[in-house]
Amino acid sequence: MIPTPFELSYLPETPSQTAGPYVHIGLIPNQAGFEIFQNNFSGDIAGPDVAGQRIVIEGRIFDGVGHVTKDVLVETWQANAAGRYNHPADKQHRSLDRGFRGWARTGTDFDTGLYTIRTIKPGSVVGRKGRKAMAPHVNFWLASRGINIGLATRMYFGDEEAANSQDPVLNIIEQPQRRRTLIAPRSERDGTIVYTFDIYLQGDRETVFFDA
Amino acid sequence: MTPEAEFHQHDRDLHPPAYTPVYKTSVLRSPRIPLWSLQNSLSEVTGPIFSPDELGRLDNDLILNYAKQGEPIGEQTIIHGYVLDGNGQPVSNTLVEVWQANAGGRYRHRNDTYIAPIDPNFGGCGRMLTDERGYYFFRTIKPGAYPFRNRINSWRPAHIHFSVFGTGFAQRLITQMYFEGDPLIPHDSIIATIPDKSAADRLTAKLDLSASRPLECLAYRFDIVLRGRRQTLFENKLQGS
Repeated sequence: MIPTPFELSYLPETPSQTAGPYVHIGLIPNQAGFEIFQNNFSGDIAGPDVAGQRIVIEGRIFDGVGHVTKDVLVETWQANAAGRYNHPADKQHRSLDRGFRGWARTGTDFDTGLYTIRTIKPGSVVGRKGRKAMAPHVNFWLASRGINIGLATRMYFGDEEAANSQDPVLNIIEQPQRRRTLIAPRSERDGTIVYTFDIYLQGDRETVFFDA
Repeated sequence: MTPEAEFHQHDRDLHPPAYTPVYKTSVLRSPRIPLWSLQNSLSEVTGPIFSPDELGRLDNDLILNYAKQGEPIGEQTIIHGYVLDGNGQPVSNTLVEVWQANAGGRYRHRNDTYIAPIDPNFGGCGRMLTDERGYYFFRTIKPGAYPFRNRINSWRPAHIHFSVFGTGFAQRLITQMYFEGDPLIPHDSIIATIPDKSAADRLTAKLDLSASRPLECLAYRFDIVLRGRRQTLFENKLQGS
């Protein structure tokens, strides 16, 4: 922008609006019930050449009366197993998996309310300058009918207790019981490693959401 | 632009708050505890990047991308504009996705039961990448208004849903675009969730006769502004970047 003398010019942000009940048409059309694009984005993001431990992240998203929501768009963004993001702003000297974007998209199931992400477990990521490294985590972003502006949160791993206890983000959350809303317990099911991350939009167990 | 700096904080006063009783569904889906303010780390300033070879040739042509036996019914319309950041810089090569109802106000979605018919030749979604100037355009059918269960006689003005990524995951935005002159705009409960009238007005696309195609179709102009990145005066950049 060309500066105008004595003016502090800055363009105002475009306001958010709810994604609405039919978000699936645009972003996950096969869940809406039709095929239109040759190439669809999905929640299954770790191809055979990607390094790292295969994991499943699944969970449900509850509204303020404890009802399971069944129409929520779920997106995740994460580093690779070496702890590097596939993005030019991440200039760490760590290996990059060209075949791993690190971004997943899915929706909670219309019948069960369950969402499922198939990915690899990310590595620990460098923190802000002067801060400790961040424990392995997956960034979440939710949008749906009734959500006026996308909700950002993070999932941490239940089997990373030592790293979690040092994490600079978890530690800014004043109440320890609220930190626990971000930690997904690990289990194994038929040989698959599953992390269960249930999200509570509201109520006694309300998940921590960030203004980042 | 290679993004390296942190984002300006969201101007939350320009966005709808989570809890807006005028839009009833928000009441049980709104967090009640304040959001934790989080300084940007690499997790926020990075985000997914898409490439042109992931998209199909007709992905930005909603008139043709689901045409089976002919073209969809309705007013053929061009929508175009720029994706910029708060500093006025173009947001280039970013994914813009759109979805909408057909000319009768019906969505091709298994959960939509409105009486207007499905158009066999209209899917209702498209996607494109902005060019180096942040410019995007697509061709579609102007969507119809439709009722929704909020109050008993609530109607949505004609609108197109937009999803935009930006250069970092913290810029992620979903919004809706409206059409200049639509008499339903002042009655809409979704627009009414935005407390700032001038911010809400920026969701209305302007009729753009200069971009219309004579004897063929009208055009509307809709620009999108995402949060900008801070200038890093007297400070070190994020570690690792």
